[in-house]
Amino acid sequence: MSPEVIAPLMLLFLILPACAPQTGVGSPTAVQTQTPAVAPASAITTPGQRVTLTVVAAASLTEVFAELGRQFEASYPGVRVEFSFAGSQQLAQQLAAGAPADVFASASQKYADSAIASGRVEKGSWKTFATNRLVVIYPKANPAGLKQLGDLSKPGLKLVLAAKEVPVGQYSLDFLDKASKDPGFGPAFRDNVLKNVVSYEDNVKSLLTKVVLAEADAGIVYTTDVTPYAAGKVSRLDIPDTLNVIASYPVAAIRDSPHPDLASAFVELLLAPAGQRILAEYGFIPTGQP
Amino acid sequence: MAERRQADSAVTRRTARTASPRWPRDAWQTLCLPFVLFVSLPILALFLRLSPADFVTNLRQQQVQQAIELSLMTSLATVGLTVLLGTPVAYLLCRRCSGTYRLIDTLIDLPTVLPPSVAGVALLMAFGRQGLFGPGLSWLGLSVPFTQLAVVLAQTFVAAPYYVRAATVGFAGVDCELRKAAALDGASRWQVFHLVMVPMAWMSLISGCVMTWARALGEFGATIIFAGNFPGRTQTMPLAIYIGFEIDLNVALTLSAILVCCSFLILVLVKGFLHRRLQTRAEGPAC
Repeated sequence: MSPEVIAPLMLLFLILPACAPQTGVGSPTAVQTQTPAVAPASAITTPGQRVTLTVVAAASLTEVFAELGRQFEASYPGVRVEFSFAGSQQLAQQLAAGAPADVFASASQKYADSAIASGRVEKGSWKTFATNRLVVIYPKANPAGLKQLGDLSKPGLKLVLAAKEVPVGQYSLDFLDKASKDPGFGPAFRDNVLKNVVSYEDNVKSLLTKVVLAEADAGIVYTTDVTPYAAGKVSRLDIPDTLNVIASYPVAAIRDSPHPDLASAFVELLLAPAGQRILAEYGFIPTGQP
Repeated sequence: MAERRQADSAVTRRTARTASPRWPRDAWQTLCLPFVLFVSLPILALFLRLSPADFVTNLRQQQVQQAIELSLMTSLATVGLTVLLGTPVAYLLCRRCSGTYRLIDTLIDLPTVLPPSVAGVALLMAFGRQGLFGPGLSWLGLSVPFTQLAVVLAQTFVAAPYYVRAATVGFAGVDCELRKAAALDGASRWQVFHLVMVPMAWMSLISGCVMTWARALGEFGATIIFAGNFPGRTQTMPLAIYIGFEIDLNVALTLSAILVCCSFLILVLVKGFLHRRLQTRAEGPAC
């Protein structure tokens, strides 16, 4: 191939990716219900317009947000909700690096604060829409013979926790701290339990998978992670309220979102009675309740 | 003499007039720029972002030192295991051409096209506690996931094919007349192998080892799924960079810089050494 042909081809090759559309085009919704949960849809979307709303959310919100996304799409015809689920620490880092998004739902206030620090979210715009609790899970076959919380410090137990950068990882450490202060467990409880850890996972779902596969003897996850699918494969050991940790989930619209009205509407959906009902169905504790 | 010079310059002028002008001839070299820049600029940006003071501070952190030590140990163990297990395979593949061996040949390449996370899941399904060999391994008292053995196995799975491929090509490049001559002189199979084949193919073997080592050093997906992430035990440098990236960018930058320097240094040394050997061989008497 002569240089005269190669050069234009190379230029084309370099330019083409830049020509690709930046936002995806939403597919038309199949069903249009007549019961909008929040502000009238006509106020925000124009008929025939196709828009994609990008919501980045903590991994523990995977199932409930999929449902809420469907509800939102039904209320706003022409809108497609796209989700990105990962550990909140990863999402905060991506947002700081400029990842495009419209809404950010975090599993901890720490990463909400870091989104404010990186300038992607207005100070004071965070709203807590749900809380969650921790639970200890173990495979149905119970290879380590776990019977009570104190057994977590049994030598030889294979425990999987989330890395302390992940919200549920920090909450797990907080729970162990609380338990060590309790006379029922003793001050060495936290250290003994940490000696049993075999892996610090990057997000709560991969932690859950390791317990479901029975590669680990136990793990600490959110109560909401024991979905109907998981409930068939793992058993739970409840943590009493006195020792348990309240994980609050803040949500906010991203400052430079291309669809600020839709982003606020999604946030409103989470706080509205319809959204709160769905959250409760999935095991979250809606705000307004202790 | 003067006429000769005139004639020469006339020829040059004639050639210059009829040959293509200079600029398209050299313009093609600028076509190399996009790719070269694409590879070198991000690496440069990495180093520009890291201050020497941060580098030294982070180097002193225990987690960073543990990650470096673990990465080096496991990647070297991987190379050792690969050479041990892969050399017979490569030797066999270069000699036989039947259907079965062609199948093995394709199988060896499979880990290179598999996404590493798939490799991790597959290893877990095979050697995990509930895996295919789980009960057997437990009976022997072995538990593989979440151990350093798991790290080495994960790295070997994804990186060994590079060595086997290079070794196969290296062995195939040895003139079969040499082998036959040695056999005719009374050499046993083992003598033929270690006195003829290996010395003739050693450059391919070394370059295969380097590729395997580099790939093993950078292995992430299979490791985090199969071996998990535990600082000091299974947290290799790529895992530490991934986790570190999410909390402290400087830790990630420090480890990235070390990885880049290590890999680049070894590649330069080995390539330079091999290149020099190739040159002396080309210049020396024909073998």
